[in-house]
Amino acid sequence: MLAGLLLIGVASLGLMGLGATSASAATAVPTTACVANATTGCIQGTIKQGNGDPAVGVRLTVTNGDTTENLVTDAAGKWGVAITVAGPSTVTLDTTSLPSGNTLDPSIANPATVNGGLGRNAGTIFKLVSGESTGLSTSAPSTGDSATTGSVTWERFLQQAASGIRLGLLLALASVGLSLIYGTTGLSNFAHGEQVTLGGLLAFVLANQLGLNLFLAAFLTVAVCAATGYFQDALIWKPLRKRGLPNTQLMIVTIGLSIALQYAFQFFIGAKTVRIDKANPVTVEIGPITLSVQSLWAMGIAVAVIILVGLFLLRSRIGRATRAVSDNPSLAAASGIDVDAIIRLVWTASAGLAGLAGVMLGLVLNGVNWQTGLQLLLLMFAAVTLGGLGTAFGALAGAMIIGMVVELTNLVLPGDFKYATALLILILVLLVRPQGIFGRRERIG
Amino acid sequence: MNEFLTTLTAIAASAFSPSTAALAIAAIGLNIHFGYTGLLNMGQAGFMLVGAYAFAISIVAGIPLFPAVLIALVAAAVFALILGVPTLKLRGDYLAIVTISAAEIVRMIGRSSLLTDITGGSNGLTGQSYRGPFTDLSFLGDGQTTLGPFTYDNTGSNGWWIRLVAWSIVGILCLFVFLLMRSPWGRVLRGIREDEDAIRSLGKNVYSYKMQALILGGTIGALGGIIYVLPASVQADSMGRSMTFFVWTALLLGGAATVFGPVLGSIIFFALRLFVQGVAGQFVPDSIMNGQQAEQFSWILIGVVLMLVVIFRPQGVLGNKKELSFNVN
Repeated sequence: MLAGLLLIGVASLGLMGLGATSASAATAVPTTACVANATTGCIQGTIKQGNGDPAVGVRLTVTNGDTTENLVTDAAGKWGVAITVAGPSTVTLDTTSLPSGNTLDPSIANPATVNGGLGRNAGTIFKLVSGESTGLSTSAPSTGDSATTGSVTWERFLQQAASGIRLGLLLALASVGLSLIYGTTGLSNFAHGEQVTLGGLLAFVLANQLGLNLFLAAFLTVAVCAATGYFQDALIWKPLRKRGLPNTQLMIVTIGLSIALQYAFQFFIGAKTVRIDKANPVTVEIGPITLSVQSLWAMGIAVAVIILVGLFLLRSRIGRATRAVSDNPSLAAASGIDVDAIIRLVWTASAGLAGLAGVMLGLVLNGVNWQTGLQLLLLMFAAVTLGGLGTAFGALAGAMIIGMVVELTNLVLPGDFKYATALLILILVLLVRPQGIFGRRERIG
Repeated sequence: MNEFLTTLTAIAASAFSPSTAALAIAAIGLNIHFGYTGLLNMGQAGFMLVGAYAFAISIVAGIPLFPAVLIALVAAAVFALILGVPTLKLRGDYLAIVTISAAEIVRMIGRSSLLTDITGGSNGLTGQSYRGPFTDLSFLGDGQTTLGPFTYDNTGSNGWWIRLVAWSIVGILCLFVFLLMRSPWGRVLRGIREDEDAIRSLGKNVYSYKMQALILGGTIGALGGIIYVLPASVQADSMGRSMTFFVWTALLLGGAATVFGPVLGSIIFFALRLFVQGVAGQFVPDSIMNGQQAEQFSWILIGVVLMLVVIFRPQGVLGNKKELSFNVN
């Protein structure tokens, strides 16, 4: 189970990781003393050899929330890492890195779970004994699809491109709603990321905790998420629109909602990363590309849903009305379209799509936590801006480009930078063509 | 009852702690952006982080204290320039999206393992490595001083010296903002917030004024970042998006476009959190809500308070409703 937790951490690095990317010593962070303050805590310890000397150069991996840090003990055998998420962290000792003649005391759990808190220090002891190994070993964390940067090979390019398409499709699912909400109401919804998280966590509760069939769980999750969208508009956004609250004010309300929801997730689920599917992912190899079965399903479903949304917007009466409201609400209202009903529909559909994206993301990454959506939100904004704020098809195109860029960045830069590139593109787009690919000039002024 | 007293003391201690002062300074900067000019800066934490890194790295590199502070302010000004050029001619949302993204970029680059030698990676830079020149300036000497229920080191890492300096800066900045906003320059800023086109028709260069406001507020934010890290450590993740949102909450609670709003808001922000945690810890049994959950509950409440304040009292505690129309274009 603990090894499983570690795998989740590593897998979540695949797309969402912000920390160092592999367990190799090359990227390991030399340990420095950590000072706890209001928003960070420390996990630290000292490792001594069986004869009492400090154990130097022992490699450890610490998984906290969705970040994974690789550490090496210093000359005094000390290690320490700063954490930003209160709650259990997993500390794994790389038993192959122990000084010769030493083994881990078999009574010590490895990986160990440390209950860290913000503003304080927590520790765990890895007791070493002299002598032969007692056979307690841990599988070295696999690097997953966030392989370390090295030479760019054709295989790696294809693999990353496949991951890029996968991320792009899921991003598209999530950001169509964001763009439609913006188009119909003019609101930048900063709580949209939490709708994605909600989807993932609900699926965890239904599929993992209650043991429902995965498809049934996904279906129920999407239904519940859509309902949250419906009631959100009915209870919060419509009354506020009627009060005549300006959009800036509404935007700050969405920020408040997003803070409240994030901590509500932590309150009920905790800060840990949870898995939707209990079974270990099965991978399929297609030529040089390795993808999990869940990923293939997720991509297939995403494509199908995106086509359905596109057809709905282009062909159905209500879809056309939606685009009309998105284009010009007053004109749409004047031509007899019930703008409020359309906005209600947009909120419902957006929340449902975001929930679906959350379920898929949880399956693809093999883990979801309270900030999964938060991290996706910036990519969604980048995608939506790139495509043109308020245009549904712009969001699709923007999402595919951003997804691809984020994953391909991994080929040449370490994982830490992949979001940075996406956001840099966003800034460049605003400099050159602020209305985005499909946007119109007059909307930006 | 004794525990209640402890909670009250903790609240009072946090009210004048250096972190509260740092948050207040950052909120004063944001007040120039949002309260007076109407700029939606969603990346104030990015300015704080740029300031903190520039300051700490300069000191570690052997630069004296005041030049290091200057470098930090210049770094923040350059950061503001980079963000302002593409966005200040566009609608407000774009500045919001770009600033929040840029703040994240700074955080990710700061914690990147590639730059461990300079920024300390995700571990950050410890306070000892850059605090020296600051504590050397202290004229309070060694030892401890007790004032009422509060006992701190005179100089130490988190003692009276940093409190004295931090709150003096808060006071000076309040006076500065008060004088600035009465000046013709300040009137133009308020005018831009109320009606950009009207100001443009008076022959003012709105873009340039917005840029000046962005730079000024950003450098004040950087100053807040320096104060924030002086008693602690420079850590990229401690100045992430949540920090930006806290600054916003503090500003809106206290009252945007007022001189003392940001300061009062920061104090209320920290006090409210500790109060909720204290009450929850004392009256709610652990089986329903444990300590960690009490902390999370206090954050949920902060989010809800932010929503309610913006909806029902957008002018905050101190503000004037006529002053703050929230009509940002």
